[in-house]
Amino acid sequence: MTVTYLEAIRQALWDEMEKDERVFMLGQDIGTYGGAFRVTAGFLDRFGPGRIIDTPISESAMVGCAIGAAMMGMLPVVEMQFIDFISCAFNQIINFAAPNRYRWGQKVPLVIRGPAGGNVHGSAYHSQNPESYFQHTPGLKILAPGTVADAYGLLRAAIRDPNPVLYFEHKYLYRRLKDELPQGNGWVEIGKARVAREGRDLSIITYGAMLHVALEAAGRLEADGIDLEVVDLRTIKPLDQETILASVRKTSRVIVLTEEQITGSVAGEVAARISQHAFEWLDGPVHRLCCPDTPVPYSPTLEEAYLPNVDKLVAKVRELAAY
Amino acid sequence: MANLFKNWGPLHPRVEKTERLAKTELPRERQLELYHFMKLNRMVEDRLGNLYRQGKVVGGLYSSRGQEATSVGSAYALEPQDVMGPLIRNLGSMLVRGVKPREVMMQYMAKSDSPTGGKDGNTHFGDLKRGLVAPISMLGAVIPVMTGIALAGKMQGKDLVALTYIGDGGTSTGDFHEGLNLASVLNVPFVLIAENNGWAYSTPTSRQMRVKSIATRAAAYGIPGETVDGNDVLAVYEATKRAVERARAGGGPSLIESKTFRMKGHAEHDDAGYVPKHLFEEWKLKDPIERFERHLLSDREGGLATEDDLKAITAKIDAQLNEEVDFALASPMPPPERAFEGVYE
Repeated sequence: MTVTYLEAIRQALWDEMEKDERVFMLGQDIGTYGGAFRVTAGFLDRFGPGRIIDTPISESAMVGCAIGAAMMGMLPVVEMQFIDFISCAFNQIINFAAPNRYRWGQKVPLVIRGPAGGNVHGSAYHSQNPESYFQHTPGLKILAPGTVADAYGLLRAAIRDPNPVLYFEHKYLYRRLKDELPQGNGWVEIGKARVAREGRDLSIITYGAMLHVALEAAGRLEADGIDLEVVDLRTIKPLDQETILASVRKTSRVIVLTEEQITGSVAGEVAARISQHAFEWLDGPVHRLCCPDTPVPYSPTLEEAYLPNVDKLVAKVRELAAY
Repeated sequence: MANLFKNWGPLHPRVEKTERLAKTELPRERQLELYHFMKLNRMVEDRLGNLYRQGKVVGGLYSSRGQEATSVGSAYALEPQDVMGPLIRNLGSMLVRGVKPREVMMQYMAKSDSPTGGKDGNTHFGDLKRGLVAPISMLGAVIPVMTGIALAGKMQGKDLVALTYIGDGGTSTGDFHEGLNLASVLNVPFVLIAENNGWAYSTPTSRQMRVKSIATRAAAYGIPGETVDGNDVLAVYEATKRAVERARAGGGPSLIESKTFRMKGHAEHDDAGYVPKHLFEEWKLKDPIERFERHLLSDREGGLATEDDLKAITAKIDAQLNEEVDFALASPMPPPERAFEGVYE
């Protein structure tokens, strides 16, 4: 069955809720309205208000409440209406959920999910990619699917994972991306990157919507005789260092492509690991192609200037290939 | 300075030494048990003070001196299936729930056999088997978490009530509002004890709020709010019991303000020089343990205990604590490699 990326997310939630009554959802406007992006449309009728819980505008309390329920053996999924609002729950995530297992041995099986990313003219508060704030915090896992299969399989795996998991879905892909829904439970292992395209000459390490920028650039560069390898991280934390390093050892040139402001980014962490562990295989500097250090701008001309795209990546690849 | 304490009078009325405690149906044995826990609370903290001065406590030491009635009375109103989230000044609540003094001592001394294996200190440990959730230092955060505990209990058909605490200072946090509001909207079985001890570190209650009573804030959430004499263990017990029973019967959350006084500084290093001396003198007369002793010994109550009964309880605790201290001191420090373990399940 061909589904959109959004439908794959909905199906993963639906299948987990059907399978296990410990799974329930907390969020704003997820019940009657079915969610701002309609991810939970129809859920209230099927699962009832006891499991599809509309909350006040209280992100911190939503996450705190989910932490408490998770400690009691429930499997809560919190929807952030836009992932930008996760900052309002920062304390609960980084101080309560993340260190709980380490501090006193009590696991917190919790999923926080929501639409991330730009290119939809959402401006500063409906376009963010907040992963770098959280990659720093021990105890969290962070997922960022870039395909229909991963959107489905990683979400099911996240709900089954006994740790707090942040699941960042890219809203640009919601209805633009269509593919086959995986057969069976479709679980995708957390912590495993995927080589999305095999290539000889240069590695692009990326995730989320940028995966598709990388794949399009690869198609365009093929004509020039530059053969890109594209690694889709899928899991941002914990990083699949082995898959990253294996690709770099193969191609000796690497660009880390992510849709975040560049300073303190996930791309920076990936680049540091490559420099430290694969230095002798490199034929050029490790490049990061990210967003500049500005808030996300609104106007299309500004946002286009802000976001990485195929043209910018192709130029960067040519530059590094010629190094 | 004078202006700072403008609201002080109505918040903390002077009390008569002879004031009677709240009415209770609790039989003699259970009242003596309350006494045991309050006394244990204070004596464990006295021992911790000694260990601190000996340099055995590696971090800060927090005292609940003067507030024992609030911790003990409220925790005593819970049933075994209930879940509680104690804060830093609720050692007494933890003792009521079955925490052993040695566990707390080893926590403070960062020992290998402490409940967290040396990974965290003080009262920051939990054990859901005993219905205890570990708090975090960011005040208010445990309120939504306990709301979630109560929600899960409801979903799972467990007959449990969740209870936690907040200080007067902690009521100024966003999570106090968000958590209490969510608990109220979801109508979960939850009780919040607002422990108004007059001071948040060096900041008086009058600098946290304009309202005269924290209990009035319950109106904002459409839930019952009540103020009790926090230095009367029976009053705290009875008020908590009512709120817990109401919650268990499906009546939703309650807010109880327990008016008490912090008789020491924020932590052991703090001499509380900013607290006007006369307040300590006034509140010393209201010491919750001494008041309860007068109650137990009073002819008016039919002589629930004799001086010898109370001395025997104290002597028994003292002997027990000798063993607890020895055990705690004998525990080694944790092996360094433990620092790297246990982040993920």
